[in-house]
Amino acid sequence: MSNIAIKVENLSKAYQLGQIGTGTISRDLERWYARTRGKEDPFLRIGESNNQNTKSESNIVWSLKDINFEIEQGDAVGIIGRNGAGKSTLLKILSKVTAPTTGKISGKGRIASLLEVGTGFHPELSGRENIFLNGAILGMRKKEIQRKLEEIVDFAGIERYLDTPVKRYSSGMYVRLAFAVAAHLESEILIVDEVLAVGDAEFQKKCLGKMGEVSKGEGRTVLFVSHNMQSIINLCNNSILLQNGSIKALGNTHEIVLQYQTNSQSIESEKTWPDTAAPGNDIVKLTAIKTFDKNYISKKSYDVIDEIGIMLEYVVLKPNFQLWTGLNIHDDMGNNLFDTHNITSKLYNSIHSTGRYQTIAWIPKNFLNEGSISISVAIFNHQLHEIHLHIKDIIKINIVDHLTTNTLTARGLSQGKFPGLIRPLIQWE
Amino acid sequence: MHNEEHTWTIEAKASLFDLKLNEVWAYRDLLWLLVRRDFVSFYKQTILGPLWFFIQPLFTTIIFTFIFGNLAGISTDGLPKPLFYMAGITAWNYFADCLTKTSTVFRDNAAIFGKVYFPRLIMPLSIVVSNLVRFGVQMILFLIMFIYYYLADASFQPSWAITLVPIVVILMALLGLGTGMIISAMTTKYRDLAFLVGFGVQLLMYATTVIYPLSTAIEKYPKYAWIIKYNPMTPIIETFRYGFLGEGSFTWGSLCYATGVTLALLVFGIVIFNKVERNFVDTV
Repeated sequence: MSNIAIKVENLSKAYQLGQIGTGTISRDLERWYARTRGKEDPFLRIGESNNQNTKSESNIVWSLKDINFEIEQGDAVGIIGRNGAGKSTLLKILSKVTAPTTGKISGKGRIASLLEVGTGFHPELSGRENIFLNGAILGMRKKEIQRKLEEIVDFAGIERYLDTPVKRYSSGMYVRLAFAVAAHLESEILIVDEVLAVGDAEFQKKCLGKMGEVSKGEGRTVLFVSHNMQSIINLCNNSILLQNGSIKALGNTHEIVLQYQTNSQSIESEKTWPDTAAPGNDIVKLTAIKTFDKNYISKKSYDVIDEIGIMLEYVVLKPNFQLWTGLNIHDDMGNNLFDTHNITSKLYNSIHSTGRYQTIAWIPKNFLNEGSISISVAIFNHQLHEIHLHIKDIIKINIVDHLTTNTLTARGLSQGKFPGLIRPLIQWE
Repeated sequence: MHNEEHTWTIEAKASLFDLKLNEVWAYRDLLWLLVRRDFVSFYKQTILGPLWFFIQPLFTTIIFTFIFGNLAGISTDGLPKPLFYMAGITAWNYFADCLTKTSTVFRDNAAIFGKVYFPRLIMPLSIVVSNLVRFGVQMILFLIMFIYYYLADASFQPSWAITLVPIVVILMALLGLGTGMIISAMTTKYRDLAFLVGFGVQLLMYATTVIYPLSTAIEKYPKYAWIIKYNPMTPIIETFRYGFLGEGSFTWGSLCYATGVTLALLVFGIVIFNKVERNFVDTV
């Protein structure tokens, strides 16, 4: 294993559900008795997957099941998956916080794991004292910390408060200090859980930059868990997708992220209804909404350089109404990015006869920013103060930046999340 | 950068007798920083600061002198009563603090243990060392009282066994540590044991020669005195007292017995502690 930093073989982890403190002395004895006779543990049933929605017969679940992978030295690997997929368990085992039930991990190099920032920080102690304490908890020697003290303080930007108890720190300062300590660990392997969710955007960027530096510049191996696909894409060249405790896929980050996003259940990029069940009133009903790119291929995630077509299909049941169709586009924070009415279509304000209509709104490429977009639909007439239907957040799509290098985007050479609600490509001269 | 090849494995089963003492050594800086943290944080949060270390043994001594010495009239082997009790209390407190604090080490540190790995043994060790600082401060109080009584009426003479005091202190620490670790390992699963500790330590004090000399116990209850005799803390406290005050039932045999029991409990404690440590995060 010359270039392999971490090798995971047949790794599994079982958890016991329910109450543990009651009645387990007898059960423990039973278990122990079975084991001393060389039999299998009666309370561990093999082959049950960790699906949190279904109630299983035994109260043992496999949080991880037969995980196998290898990570090369200097590689930055993202671990993605929905909540409960086993990401945190995997990191916990790798950082030796808990032991696996079966299997083996072998590796090379010192591990620094960052499942939380500021572990062991004591509010009464000063920033300086906490740097030493936290550093030592993370496995640094005192000399090492002494040597890096200046760098750490500088990174956190807390020179003035170095001798103030951390309980007087703002939460931002606290997080900055905590991350700064961890970021300066001299380790060959860095394991990072979603700890960057705290702290402001600028600092997050700084942290990602530091981690990128760690993996690319210094040849260290980084394992990174995040729900933020953008940071995974920015930082990791390879990724592992976990689902219900098993590896669903592993490989190139772009492909894995795409696969994850297209599997994501909360994202629903199209809907159709039979005429009888379609939403609306007795004049007009919406029968379908679909999205696609300029090649009419439907996806759940569109690249920022995709043109996105939103197709509405509606059926008019009573003739002689002047109908408008419109869309409200919101981001996942609920901000209304823009509204659009079909004024450029010949259907706009035209007198509709009964029948089925289709209309497509094309959202230009290089316009939406990364994130998820929810789409609301209305069929109405403002002039006449008529609203026939208005369905909010009817579908949701993802906008991602795959950092395609051969196409011009608003991003240019910048890294991290590009700020702004929208991301138009503006012509500069 | 560390250039040396450093390979490791994480496996489902670990050897029971891999005590990971080399890892503990590698993390020795953490031990000192934790001791410092305990001391500084305790000091910073109180008005009286380290004075608190004095108050508890002082008041206990006064109350013991009054109740057991005067009211109940229990013999103190002819020694000045406050000095007799103070010797017992100072030594007992160190043992009892080590035991009770160690016994909740998993529960108290669940948050840290759940997030970062370091040799868990560091935590109980830091407790023992922190308490040693506290014990040192209380020893000063005892020594002040000792000198005062010695100058006032020299009805007692320290014996040669005073040279055994460092060993006795180490024995107290290790006995508290070992027993505490066994209890801590068991309380992660069976919570009710934790309630037993506070109560049990109190009962155990009465089965140790803190408020009476062993000689009196043997004299009054010859049938049951074996309970007190076989309590490993009894020889420890008797030696402590014999060393400083020249009175007490000291024999090499009993001290060796106490040492044996201590080492056995300690090794068993470390083994069971290391075993539980690997998975306790899942059950706590």
